[in-house]
Amino acid sequence: MHRAGMISIWFFIGTLLLAYGVLILGAGIYDLWNPAAHPVVLARLHAGIWWGALLIGLGVIYSLRFKPGKGK
Amino acid sequence: MQAITAQLPLSLLLQSAPSRLVSLSGVDIAIIVLYFFAVIGIGFYLKRYTKTGEDFFLAGREMTAWVAGLSFLAANLGSLELMGWAASAYQYGILATHWYWIGAIPAMLFLGIVMIPFYYISKTHSVPGYLKLRYGEPARAFSAISFGFMTVLMSGINMYSMAIVLKVVLGWDIHFSIWVSSITVAVYVGLGGLLSAIFNEVLQFVLIWLGALLISIIGLIEAGGWSGMVARIHHNFPAQDFTHLWRTMGSFSDNPMGIHWVGIVFGLGWVISFGYWTTDFLVVQRVIAAKNLRAAKLAPIIGSAFKMMVPFIVILPGLLGLALLPPGFLTGETQAVATGGHSYNEVLPIMLARYCGPGLLGLGITALIAGFMSGMAGNVSAFATVWTYDIYRAFFRKQAPDAHYVSMGRWCTILGVLVSIGTAYFVMQFRSIMDYVQQLFSFFIAPLFGTVILGMLWKRATPEGGFWGLLTGTFSSIGMWLWVYLDPTALRYIALSSQAKPMAENMFRALWAWIICVVVTVAVSMVTRPKPDSELTGLVYGCTELPSEGHLALYQRPIFWAGVIAGVFVVLQVIFW
Repeated sequence: MHRAGMISIWFFIGTLLLAYGVLILGAGIYDLWNPAAHPVVLARLHAGIWWGALLIGLGVIYSLRFKPGKGK
Repeated sequence: MQAITAQLPLSLLLQSAPSRLVSLSGVDIAIIVLYFFAVIGIGFYLKRYTKTGEDFFLAGREMTAWVAGLSFLAANLGSLELMGWAASAYQYGILATHWYWIGAIPAMLFLGIVMIPFYYISKTHSVPGYLKLRYGEPARAFSAISFGFMTVLMSGINMYSMAIVLKVVLGWDIHFSIWVSSITVAVYVGLGGLLSAIFNEVLQFVLIWLGALLISIIGLIEAGGWSGMVARIHHNFPAQDFTHLWRTMGSFSDNPMGIHWVGIVFGLGWVISFGYWTTDFLVVQRVIAAKNLRAAKLAPIIGSAFKMMVPFIVILPGLLGLALLPPGFLTGETQAVATGGHSYNEVLPIMLARYCGPGLLGLGITALIAGFMSGMAGNVSAFATVWTYDIYRAFFRKQAPDAHYVSMGRWCTILGVLVSIGTAYFVMQFRSIMDYVQQLFSFFIAPLFGTVILGMLWKRATPEGGFWGLLTGTFSSIGMWLWVYLDPTALRYIALSSQAKPMAENMFRALWAWIICVVVTVAVSMVTRPKPDSELTGLVYGCTELPSEGHLALYQRPIFWAGVIAGVFVVLQVIFW
């Protein structure tokens, strides 16, 4: 999959994960200040915040590593 | 694997659920909508790169080992697979892991090391195409027609099952789910062919993992780790052993699945597993799209490494359900329908809703939808290739410009989706057909494996032997099914026990069908004239010069990584014995 000019699939994945990370982290932070009336089990772990941060991290790494024009 | 998941009794109809399980927030819906835009966007982007037949049907044969390997696995990792096996883990415990380990890993490694060189070097477009080169037109025609028919049928059945899942989990309208999901798949596969299907399958693979992994992580935290989970299961179910892989397999009556190790090793681990993973074009197509032979050999090996880890996101949620949900909370389908409770089949969405709040829930649901689409795109792209190359070009229009076949592939993709939708509505009217059709699918797998493996490894096999072996094996399998259907007492002959359950019956029937195929192929071959060696070059072991890997460093050789995976596989069997 090294056709000239073709954007790598990993770039698409990176940008989507970045967008998902922002949405999930945002929802997690909102939930921190406005807890749900019926919280999920182990809500005190705030999984949305650290999972969202993880997705953002992965998204940034893949988006930059496979950015179009880097020749990879 | 579809043929095996199919053994679950109408497992994913989820008729019992009284109302939807979860409610989505705005951010959840945004995540799902973003996913649909992404997959369609990729389809539009890749259309410019699919000009030739090689591009459309084989992704230009340019896939790296990683992309081909992940796509190879994702095409199999449908959402019904995820939910069905999570349900089986709740019902049968860790025994369900056999379908991911002994039921997959040896076959995937065998495909990579032994069989891929022949598929790849022969430059075939498809598995029926290999049969044409090896045995001639009749074997190709029979295989292509049966594969095309069953693929579209399975696609429709999966589509209907997924729509039911979305209705129960989210409250979505069945018609809305069927049409939106199908049109999306038709658009991105129709535009970019196999290239688009593979790109999206890799994306879907990542989303499936990231959407489902959290259930296992938080579940293990709640249960107190692995040992805490096992202790809770033993406390909840003191009379059953749900946590050992092999220890209870000495007798049909000692384990919750009612199966013997002979059936698991020879029926599942040999015939069904090898048949599915080495001859089902749905998965093999991804591997032969690799950029070179080494990448093609590595792809199933990479896929097997991830396959070995899939129980962490599929089986573990079922086991966590056993440990953390009140005993009896989930029941069989019939009881759940009668009481208005929840069935085994809902264990994955229930665990998802248990741990995942806004945002994470959307990601988990996206993982299920992504699983459905990767499976359907796999079916549709394989169908388009087999129809165009092995039926249309072979029997209707032999000499046409390449662009004509690409156009046919695009139309065929849309046609395949429309026929699948029709099948979904047909199944909606006659739900019981799901039980039978999914068994029919397995009828073709076991004999085909016999035909292909003899063709690759035994140069004396003749075109007549291959054709009649395949035909006899297939029809004997259907005949055995009919025999038991009409006379249930025949079960003791087919499955060697009148107490055998449907899963055991299917395994033994597959084993007999394979044996019949092999015996007939050998017998007919011995009395007919073999092809000369010169016509078998690139097709058969002993007549094909396989490229040496001696110049590669040890860690670059596929055989080395296959050995590593095999070693880990053995260690896992011992740990969970």
